Amino acid sequence: MTTDVAATAPTGSGLWRILVQGRAVPLAVVIAAIAVIWYAGAVYMNAPRLTDGYERNKVEWTFGQLVDDAWSMERPILPAPHQIVAELDKSVLQRKVTSKRSLVFHAWVTLSSTLLGFAMGAVLGIVLAVGIVHVRTLDRSLLPWIIASQTIPILAIAPMIIVVLGNVGFTGLVPKAIISTYLCFFPVAIGMVKGLRSPDPLQMDLMRTYSASSAQVFWKLRWPASAPFLFASLKVAIAISLVGAIVGELPTGAQAGIGARLLVGSYYGQTIQIWAALIVAALLAGLLVAAVGLIERMVLRQMGARP
Amino acid sequence: MTQNPAPKLVEPAASGRQSVAPVIDIQGLSLTFQTADGPVYALSDVDLSVAPGDFVSFIGPSGCGKTTLMRVIADLEKPTAGEVSVNGVSPEAARLARAYGYVFQAPALYAWRTVERNVMLPLEIMGMGKDERRRRAAEYLDLVNLKGFEKKFPWQLSGGMQQRVSIARALSFEPDLLLMDEPFGALDEITRDHLNEQLLRLWERTGKTVIFVTHSIPEAVFLSSRIVVMSPRPGRIIDVIDCNLPPDRTLDARETPEFLEIAHRVRDGLRAGHSYDD
Amino acid sequence: MVSLGAALLILLALFLPATATEEATFGWLSQSAAFGVVLLALAVALAQSWLRLNGLSAGLGLAVAVAIGAAGPVLLLAGMPGAGAGAGVWIFVIGLALLAWRTLEVLSASGGDKTVNRLLMLLVPALFGIWLLYLWQVVVVGLQVPSVLLPAPSLIGGVLAGAQSTLAADFHQTFIKSVLPGFAMGCGAGFAVAILVDRVPFLQRGLLPLGNLVSALPIVGIAPIMVMWFGFDWQSKAAVIVVMTFFPMLVNTIAGLNATGAIEHDLMRSYGASYPQTLIRVRLPNALPFIFNALKINSTLALIGAIVAEFFGTPIVGMGFRISTEVGRMNVEMVWATIAVAALSGSLFYGLLALLERITTFWHPSYRG
Repeated sequence: MTTDVAATAPTGSGLWRILVQGRAVPLAVVIAAIAVIWYAGAVYMNAPRLTDGYERNKVEWTFGQLVDDAWSMERPILPAPHQIVAELDKSVLQRKVTSKRSLVFHAWVTLSSTLLGFAMGAVLGIVLAVGIVHVRTLDRSLLPWIIASQTIPILAIAPMIIVVLGNVGFTGLVPKAIISTYLCFFPVAIGMVKGLRSPDPLQMDLMRTYSASSAQVFWKLRWPASAPFLFASLKVAIAISLVGAIVGELPTGAQAGIGARLLVGSYYGQTIQIWAALIVAALLAGLLVAAVGLIERMVLRQMGARP
Repeated sequence: MTQNPAPKLVEPAASGRQSVAPVIDIQGLSLTFQTADGPVYALSDVDLSVAPGDFVSFIGPSGCGKTTLMRVIADLEKPTAGEVSVNGVSPEAARLARAYGYVFQAPALYAWRTVERNVMLPLEIMGMGKDERRRRAAEYLDLVNLKGFEKKFPWQLSGGMQQRVSIARALSFEPDLLLMDEPFGALDEITRDHLNEQLLRLWERTGKTVIFVTHSIPEAVFLSSRIVVMSPRPGRIIDVIDCNLPPDRTLDARETPEFLEIAHRVRDGLRAGHSYDD
Repeated sequence: MVSLGAALLILLALFLPATATEEATFGWLSQSAAFGVVLLALAVALAQSWLRLNGLSAGLGLAVAVAIGAAGPVLLLAGMPGAGAGAGVWIFVIGLALLAWRTLEVLSASGGDKTVNRLLMLLVPALFGIWLLYLWQVVVVGLQVPSVLLPAPSLIGGVLAGAQSTLAADFHQTFIKSVLPGFAMGCGAGFAVAILVDRVPFLQRGLLPLGNLVSALPIVGIAPIMVMWFGFDWQSKAAVIVVMTFFPMLVNTIAGLNATGAIEHDLMRSYGASYPQTLIRVRLPNALPFIFNALKINSTLALIGAIVAEFFGTPIVGMGFRISTEVGRMNVEMVWATIAVAALSGSLFYGLLALLERITTFWHPSYRG
C-alpha cells in the first residue's frame, strides 16, 4: 500500500511540481498579491479625502460607492493600477509619437541620452581599466580614486554639470549624456579591471612560455577572459545610465524627457501622470537590461559558455 | 647541512651521450624567494645535465623545489645564483626561440576556445598560417587520440581528455624539449595509468627530451630513463638514478623485480633526504 | 625618458612668456622667487634623467621637489593679480606633470616592509589626488575661468571654512535625519523579509526575479510621490531611501543565505541542529559578505535618494535644497562646497562599512594573503 503511494505520488503531482518549482507561478502569485495590496491601498489612502468630501456635501455613501470613487479620482493620493493603464493608453497609444504629450516622445528623449551616455561611459571605463591593468603607476594612483568616486553621491553633481555646461553653451542631449557617462564608467572600469585580471597565473605563464607579446596576451587571453565581467557590469551600467538621464532632466526645468514629466507632474499634483512616467521608466529599464542580457547570451554562447 | 654530500653527477653510462652537447646544463643553481616571513631557500646548489632524448623525472615531496627547478629552466623564475643553459643558450633566449613546450598541473585550456583552437593558440602567437595551423592541430590531436573532438569546448571533455589536449598544444609547435609539471597529478589513478602508457609511446615515437615533475614513485620509475631525487629545506638534489627498463614496456612492467628494485632505490634516496620526516 | 622630457619642457618654458595681461607679456624673471623655484625643478628633472634614481627616498625627494616646483606658477600668478598664464606657465606645468608622473612611478615601484608598503598604498593615491587638485587650481586661475563655471579649489575651501554653520545644518538635516533612519529601516526591512521568506522557497522564487528587476529600476523617480505622501520634511526622504535600499538588501541576503554549501548543511544535519542553530551558526556567517555588499551599495544609494528627493521639496535646509537653490542663484562655490561635504560624508560612511566588513569577515578568501 504505502509503496504504491510513494511510487505514484511524484508522477501524479508532476504538473503541480512544475508549477510550484518553476519561476513563472511564484512570480505571478507575488505580482497578483502586489496588485491586490495596491487596490486595497488605493482605497485606504484615498478614503479620507473622499469621506471628507461626502460629509461636507452631506451625501449619503456606501462602502461600494467609496471604493468606486477611490479607484476613479482625478488626482488620487495613490491611483489604482487601471487608472495608470488608462493614462498609459492615452499618452502612449492615442497620441502621435511626435506630440509633446506623447510618452513615447519623452521616453525617446530620455532613451537617446541614456544610450549616448552609456556608450561613452562604457568606452571610458574600458580604456581606464586597460590602463590600470597595464600601467602599475595608474593602478596605484588612479584605482583608489575610482573606487572612492563610487562612494560620492555623484547624482548630486547632476544639476551642477547641467548648469555649468549650459553656461558654456552646451544644452540638450550632451549634458545629460555626460551625467550618464559619469555614472556608467565606474561599474565598467571596476568590472573590467577584475575581468582583465581574471586569467589565473597558469594561463599567464602559458603565454609566457610562448613568449607572447603583451598585445597578444591582451587580445588572446585578457580580453576574451573578461567578457563575462564586461557584460555583468554593462547590465549595471545601462540601468544606472537611465537613472542618470532621468535625474539629469530634473534640475533645468527641461521640457522633454521622463524626468521632466515627473517634475511637471509633481508641480501640478498630477499623480496619475507621475505614475505613468514611472511605469514607462521601469519598462525602459527592463528592456535595456534585457537587451544587454540577450547580447550577453549570444556572445557568450559563441564563446562556448556552458548553456 | 651536508651529512649527505650531493653525489657527483656523472653522465649516465649509456654510450654516446657524452659526445653530444647537453640539452640542459645547470651549474651551482640557487634560488631564494624573499617573502614577508623572511627568505625561503627554494633551491640550493643544484647541478644537473640532461642529454638529448632523455626522459628525466624530478621526484620529491612538496616543497623540494622540483617545480621551481622546472620553472627556472622555462625562464618562469630567475635564479639567484648559478649558471643555467638550455640548448646552449640562456633560458630566456631559449624561451624566446620557443625551444620548449610546457604542460602544467592543470590543463589551463582557454574556456572560450574550442579544442582545436586551443591547440592552435601557440601557432597563432608564433604567426603560423591558417592552413598549417589546421593541419598541425589535426595531426597532434590525432596523436593524443582526440580525433573527432576538434569542435568541442573544454568543459565538454573529461579531465584526462583535457590534459591530453594540453599535451597536444605543447607538442603542436614541435619543440624538441617537453617540460611537464605533474601533468597527471589531478587525475584519478586509472586515467593516470592509461595516460602514462600513452606518454611513454609518444616519447618513444618522437624521441623528444622530456623533463617530468612528479611525486609518484611508480610513475617516475615507469616513465623515466633517469630519476632525479630531490629533498626539501633547502631544495637540493639527493640522488640521480638510472633507469633502464625495456623500451616497449607496458604497465605490467611495474611488477618486475627490476622495477621494484629501482623503486626501492628511489625510496631510499627520499628517506636519506629526510623526505619522510616531519 | 620621462624625466628628460620633463627637463626639456621646463627648460623650454623658461624662454617663453610666463604671464600675460591685455597689454604686455612678462617673463619668469619678473618674479624672482618663481624663477628660483623653476630653476630648482629644472635641476631636479635633469639630475633624475641623468642619475635615474630609484627607491623610496628618491621618490620622496622627487615629491618634495615637485611640490616646491608647483609653487612656481602659484607665486607668479599671485604676484600679478589680473594677469593670465602665458605659454611658459603651461609648458612648465606639463613638464612638471611629467616629473610628477615619474615620482609616482618611482614610488609605486619602491617597497619595503609591511608598514612602508601600507603607507605607500595611501601616499601614492593621495599625491595623485593632490596633483589633480593643483592642476584644477592652476588651470582655473591661469585661464581666468569665471567662477560661475568652475570655481578654484581655493575658493571652495574658503566657503567650506566660512559657511560651516549652514553646511553643518544641511548635513544634519540630510544625513543624520534622512539618510541614517532611511538606511536603517530599508536595510532592516530587506533583511527581515529575506529571513521570513527563507523557509518559503515558493515566495523566494517569486521575489528574487522581482527584486532583481526592481534593483535595476530608476527608483529615485518615486521621490515626488513620497514628497506628496509624507510631506516636505525628512520622512519623505527616508521613505524614498527605504524603497531604494530594500530590494538590494533583500536580493543579496537571499543569495547569501543560499550560499552555504551542501556539505556544511549535511554536517549540521548530522549534528541534529535545529533551523535557528543552522541559521545563526552557519548560514548567516556565510551570508555576511553578501549582506555587506548590499550595505555598501545602499550607503551610496541612500545619499543619492535623500539629495534627489530634496529637489522635489524640503524645509529650507538640506544638501539637495542647498544645491538646487544655490545653482539658481549662481552661487557656485557654495554648491561645490556642499558637494564636497556630500562626497566626504559618503566616503566616510562607505569606509566605515568597509572597515566593519573587514573586521567581521576577515576569514573570507578576498581578505586573505
